[in-house]
Amino acid sequence: MMIIGLTICRISDVLLCNVTDRVSFWFVVTDSSQNMTTVPGSVVEAAIRMNRNRINSAFLLSDKTLQFLKITSTLSPPVEPSTPVWLIVFGVVLCLIVAGIVFLVVAGIQQRKKKNKESTERENLEEKGEVTVTVENGIPCEALDLKAGHINGVFAADDERFTSL
Amino acid sequence: MLIAEGMPLLYLELAVGQRMRRGSIGAWKIISPYLCGVGVASVVVSFFLSMYYNVINAWAFWYLFHSFQDPLPWATCPLNSNRTGYEEECEKTSSTQYFWYRQTLNISPSLEASGNVQWEQALCLTLAWLVVYLCILRGTESTGKVVYVTASLPYCVLIIYLIRGLTLHGAVNGLVYMFTPKLEQLSNPKTWISAATQIFFSLGLGFGSLIAFASYNEPTNNCERHAIIVSLINSTTSIFASIVTFSIYGFKATFNYESCINKVILLLLNAFDLEEGSLTADNLNEMKDYLMATHPQEYAQLSPQLKNCSLEAELDTAVQGTGLAFIVYSEAIKNMEVPQLYSVLYFVMLLMLGIGSMLGNTAAILTPLTDSRVIATRFPKEVISGVVCFINCVIGLIFTMEAGNYWFDIFNDYAATLSLLLIVLVETIAVCYIYGIRRFEKDLYTMIGRKPNWYWKIMWAFASPLLIISLFIFYLTDYILTGTLQYQAWDATQGQLVTKDYPSYALAVIGLLVAASTMCIPLGALVTFIRKRLKRERVSTVA
Repeated sequence: MMIIGLTICRISDVLLCNVTDRVSFWFVVTDSSQNMTTVPGSVVEAAIRMNRNRINSAFLLSDKTLQFLKITSTLSPPVEPSTPVWLIVFGVVLCLIVAGIVFLVVAGIQQRKKKNKESTERENLEEKGEVTVTVENGIPCEALDLKAGHINGVFAADDERFTSL
Repeated sequence: MLIAEGMPLLYLELAVGQRMRRGSIGAWKIISPYLCGVGVASVVVSFFLSMYYNVINAWAFWYLFHSFQDPLPWATCPLNSNRTGYEEECEKTSSTQYFWYRQTLNISPSLEASGNVQWEQALCLTLAWLVVYLCILRGTESTGKVVYVTASLPYCVLIIYLIRGLTLHGAVNGLVYMFTPKLEQLSNPKTWISAATQIFFSLGLGFGSLIAFASYNEPTNNCERHAIIVSLINSTTSIFASIVTFSIYGFKATFNYESCINKVILLLLNAFDLEEGSLTADNLNEMKDYLMATHPQEYAQLSPQLKNCSLEAELDTAVQGTGLAFIVYSEAIKNMEVPQLYSVLYFVMLLMLGIGSMLGNTAAILTPLTDSRVIATRFPKEVISGVVCFINCVIGLIFTMEAGNYWFDIFNDYAATLSLLLIVLVETIAVCYIYGIRRFEKDLYTMIGRKPNWYWKIMWAFASPLLIISLFIFYLTDYILTGTLQYQAWDATQGQLVTKDYPSYALAVIGLLVAASTMCIPLGALVTFIRKRLKRERVSTVA
């Protein structure tokens, strides 16, 4: 039984013609209640458009495998969430990175304050002559650790290090 | 190429950095005061590179953030306004290309039509620069720890992709294609030129980053062994990555070939009302001949739509650069199972690699800045790094405009190529002939305890300079022969790339880019010469 518009027809009202090798067929739908006249094409088209899903599932097919010529299927739009997904992920990553930067900057400032306090303490102690700081040619040994040392002029063999002009 | 060019030059740069214990400007000043221009040129090139390179990271972030959807946004075309079909531009080209050119870049039809700044890309670029700032904040010592992650994670992802790639249908086609030597390509000198240039850039010679990193090494560090190991690992990784790439390539080519065949089959089935299953991939050719013989008229009507599908043609569509990374790979990923997982993995790997490169670049810029006492005493490290990142970010907004990708291509092709060749050439000649190869030998002896053997000396003194000079000559003659420079512009109406000429101001920018870095070398020598002259005059007048 098929329902087209408000008229109910029986399967014997569907007549086939022009059958080919391919599983395809032309069909017309007659209206038995009105003396075997065919239902106009536009009405059939409209009905198929509305009930496409039901027809497809009756044949266990989809829009891609069951094609009605001249009836283009309305494609379903992709699901779009209210906030774009990428903004959410972006926000999460941004917060993490900014938190990391703030943490490192603050830690650096605190470290520098501590170092300044230590060096002023040590200067006070040095003035009192209580702490011996190992110095090498006037430079405290800790400063020499910065980049594994500077070039010590005493040991460079005269001017050989520097290319003469 | 690796043996003749890569290893000796890498060893040279590492040794120079380790011995002089300064960033690139200071190191070359020590070798000869006239060569301070070389260091400055390296810094300028690194500066240009960092300007445009982070845009790639911004794109990787964009794709990464969009990978958390089902289905992936580049898997299907968006619908047109009355929902009866797909958007026109997307129909003409593939959905991945549409996603890249329209939804990511929103590219304009030509360089002149600049368009607006794309706020989404600008956001991603800002994020990319914040990430770089986070990693270099504490200076190169902390960068070393970050690099543990950014260097090892890509290997893990590559292994996962290797396993996935080799089990894909059609991967074998790609691998066979990769390993069959194409003799006509090998005899083409352009192939060897590209190989030489590639070794250059993949090892990062001439940017100053190697010297900068080596200056933080212990003075007794065995840089000879490191140079050999690094260059070997670099090449092995390249081969490994290309196996992965080609297996994925083979999958994509096979997939496209099979869809093409299926489309042809469907077209023929529809046109001639044949039974389903009568046309398969195997009997397609015979059936086509049969149909052409039995129904010549309808077949002739249909033949413009029947494409000749060929696997070789699909495999030959070789792409490189940003096209490979973003278009081809995303196309291959969308056809795998659980594409979101592979997509996330891939773009995280791309990000790690990109950020690793950025760290090297920014280290090359920051080390000379922090070495110079003028700047380093007044501002702390964090402020200097912050200012550099901020300036680069603002300039980088140019690349987020609609025509930004064309400017990106300009920078990509011209900012580094010629300048680096010149810089490395001057470096080699300087160390061998100006500083003296015997003095260099002695320095190496004091550092690692043995003198370099004859192989290294011949490479440094003769082979590498000759190779670089020939590369240089090749590029110049190529430019002179082709005349004007052209670029590929995206034509939305046709859905493909078209070639256009650069406008004059773009050519001026190209010239400026090349000149800015190469002119530093002679300018530096000139400035030093003038300064010495003035000092000598002052001394002589005093005396």
